[in-house]
Amino acid sequence: MIDRKLIGYASKPFVADVERGRLRFFARAIGETNPLYLDEETARCAGHPDLPVPQTFFFCLEMDRPDPYGWFDDLGIDLPKVLHGEQQFTYHRLAHAGDRLRFDATITDLYNKKGGLLEFVVQDNVITNQRAERVAEFRRTLVIRHE
Amino acid sequence: MNEPVRFSQVNIGDALPPLTMPPISRLTLALYCGASGDHNPLHVDQDFAREAGLGDVIAHGMLIMAYLGRTLTNWVPQPAIQTFGTRFLAMTRVGDAVTCTARITDKLAAAHAVRVTVEARDQRGELKAAGDALIALPA
Repeated sequence: MIDRKLIGYASKPFVADVERGRLRFFARAIGETNPLYLDEETARCAGHPDLPVPQTFFFCLEMDRPDPYGWFDDLGIDLPKVLHGEQQFTYHRLAHAGDRLRFDATITDLYNKKGGLLEFVVQDNVITNQRAERVAEFRRTLVIRHE
Repeated sequence: MNEPVRFSQVNIGDALPPLTMPPISRLTLALYCGASGDHNPLHVDQDFAREAGLGDVIAHGMLIMAYLGRTLTNWVPQPAIQTFGTRFLAMTRVGDAVTCTARITDKLAAAHAVRVTVEARDQRGELKAAGDALIALPA
């Protein structure tokens, strides 16, 4: 069981540079066909400064931490037992290639189901850009299987 | 996306154009692993997945969510999307062909926004992920 005292546990703030090539690689990996996400020229013609960061890629950028599963060790979570239960995003403004985004992550809830066979870890991330503008928030709910 | 979708022109129950993806291969998962930066071996390393009791690798939930997200940005420009959430309900495995559907389930007149529910199912109709998005539309 994860100690409930760890609610409030904050990961070290992480800063990620949004790279154009990486966005294009991601777009291909998800089968994207909309040229807005693949072609810089199309993005610029549509009024974007560069390729936009797609909806779910914020989650991916956060995983570029030097040790993305380091906080699992701090909480005593065993990686093979972890499944992704739920994911929620709230968006305030777009981000684009060339932006520098800061991620502030905090554990905001820990609870059990099925008499402790399933443990839930809720982590909230706040994302701000290089102009200190709020870009998005996301909430990740992980399920730890003790079955 | 030439003609913008307008609040006045959509109705509860309207379906967005669905998206059917080719069957997920090990290559799909390897590419997503690299591109997403999610290097959890559960998604690409068969030995690790077997050891974890899952039999074989499973697709990243976030890959399925990315497919679901494409149904939204195929319909409206991304800045229209205010929130987007998904629950992962069943594991998606190699060979599964995912179809994403989305439809309008609510119209919020004061906010000029619609609630769209999204679902991802495999070739047998098993629900893999479900969620919703709040989308602001021009009048």
